[in-house]
Amino acid sequence: MINDATTIFKRPEALSENITHYCPGCTHGVIHRLVAESLDELGLRDRAVGVAPVGCSVLIYNYFTCDFLEAPHGRAPALATGFKRVRPDMICFTYQGDGDLASIGMGEIVHAANRGEKITVIFVNNAIYGMTGGQMAPTTMPGQRTTTSPKGRDVSLAGYPIRVAELLSTLRTPSFIARVAVHTPMHIITAKKMIKKAFRLQKEGRCFSLVEVLSTCPTNWGIDPSAATKWVGEAMQPYYPLGIYKDPEREES
Amino acid sequence: MAKKLMKGNEAIGEAAICAGALNYFAYPITPQSEVAEYLCWRLPEVGGVFVQAESEVAVGNMLFGAAASGKRVFTTSSSPGISLMQEAISYMAGAHLPVVLLNIMRGGPGLGGILPAQSDYFQAVKAGGHGDYHVIVLAPASVQEAVDLMILAFDLADKYRSPVMIIGDGMIGQMMESVEFPEKYREQNDPNANDWSLTGARGRKPRIVKSLFLDPQKLEDNSLKLAEKYKEIKKNEVRYELYKVSAKTRILIAAYGTMARICQTVIDELEEEGISVGLFRPISLYPFPEKVIYDEAARKNIERVLTIEMSIGQMVEDIERCTKGIKPVDFFGRTGGIVPTPNEVKDKIRELLAKKK
Repeated sequence: MINDATTIFKRPEALSENITHYCPGCTHGVIHRLVAESLDELGLRDRAVGVAPVGCSVLIYNYFTCDFLEAPHGRAPALATGFKRVRPDMICFTYQGDGDLASIGMGEIVHAANRGEKITVIFVNNAIYGMTGGQMAPTTMPGQRTTTSPKGRDVSLAGYPIRVAELLSTLRTPSFIARVAVHTPMHIITAKKMIKKAFRLQKEGRCFSLVEVLSTCPTNWGIDPSAATKWVGEAMQPYYPLGIYKDPEREES
Repeated sequence: MAKKLMKGNEAIGEAAICAGALNYFAYPITPQSEVAEYLCWRLPEVGGVFVQAESEVAVGNMLFGAAASGKRVFTTSSSPGISLMQEAISYMAGAHLPVVLLNIMRGGPGLGGILPAQSDYFQAVKAGGHGDYHVIVLAPASVQEAVDLMILAFDLADKYRSPVMIIGDGMIGQMMESVEFPEKYREQNDPNANDWSLTGARGRKPRIVKSLFLDPQKLEDNSLKLAEKYKEIKKNEVRYELYKVSAKTRILIAAYGTMARICQTVIDELEEEGISVGLFRPISLYPFPEKVIYDEAARKNIERVLTIEMSIGQMVEDIERCTKGIKPVDFFGRTGGIVPTPNEVKDKIRELLAKKK
């Protein structure tokens, strides 16, 4: 009977065997897996180059089995632009947090999207700076307490959280922009579809693609992991609506 | 190949193509925007990549990504633009990536002006970004030399896996002179011909191009690897020219780039008056010809060393360092886009000769 056993679940080839350093309840691990599964299923692993950010996922290259570049803070889309222009036959993706992409790297992401670079951006939004210890990010929710907004984000001084997916979808250049979440199995299934589609569009040489993923940070939010997943649904999701914001396949139909 | 009359900025662009460097990222800035205006049509003609970036910060980082491919990549800019690229230059030095940057210097600090200057010696030679590193720095004195050094720069960048910066002043970029290019244009590098470029982890372990080493021992190891590289560079890549330095020379001028050319005129004219002045012209500013300037200054007949720059005095610190007090070191400079005239230089020399006995 044992000979009839079939493998129905295994580590994707694109993921290494290293154990991640992420905190309990953090969803980086889930998002890494979705990226790895997409690379595997589309057969892209052995011609993919990832660009690591500065932030909690700075060591992402330890968890994948594809080539990687390590970028200065916020500059991953510029590195990806440089690499992809020189090697259009390869697949290039960035993996960036909200401090990296929406704060210090806002210039690079807007222009990479506007030029229509054929790269894929995985944008992980957990409404806080994680690695530096929980400071206010451009995506921090109004009233949310952080180490640099101990009384809660004051929108009269810090403005409102930046909605990156909406902002980038105002650009005229065709692209694929979606926002997903990974706090429930149902959301993870949709997130996988969107991430895989983003990579497929790059594989087909179609357009710039970005998937914003609402993520958790129980450590710096100061709540337990299950409360953190609830907070994504209850506090973040109403402000950051999920869905496809821009789709070249829709525009053409 | 026949000689061509070309503007410095355009000749430099063609020289890169000649070196098989077909990947160019840039942001417009005076006084070198002609390089981008030339390459935006010339590169597509030869199947190259031209990207006008949104900022010099982005240019530096596009180079970082592109250099990891193993192909030859470059940019051209001017002083304030180079300041913005220093972030990426530091990262590329730390990650051992080959890249060529041309800095057509203008006056500073700040927005400064748009006229020729040599006020970026420090940011080029002393490592303008953070961390323990150097870049190879070359300084041409004519359009032909700019072409030759541009081609050499790519070879050095590849050989040492290091950023190389060419510093010229606005004069080199704007002036028209006759130039000759090598007959044969080089092919682009094969990305699969080395063991470090990112080509996809097909049948091999993944490669990581990075400058992050959280383990202090690994970071020190990387710095020691750089130190070892700089030792080799100092041993192999010193370049300079001596002009009319003889047993009769009383004053030794130290100058580089356009300023050295003006000093040659001064030296020729003073020679007719029976005054013997010689020139030490470093071509590699890093590695600096440390031993050469010491040995020349040590000649018995040399009374003083006069450093002349289009700045308020930057290279003069290296001249002082390398001559180790063996002879008095003087300085003369004009800046802000003002170029010292031959007469001003002569007056300074006469003043120094009068001072001595």
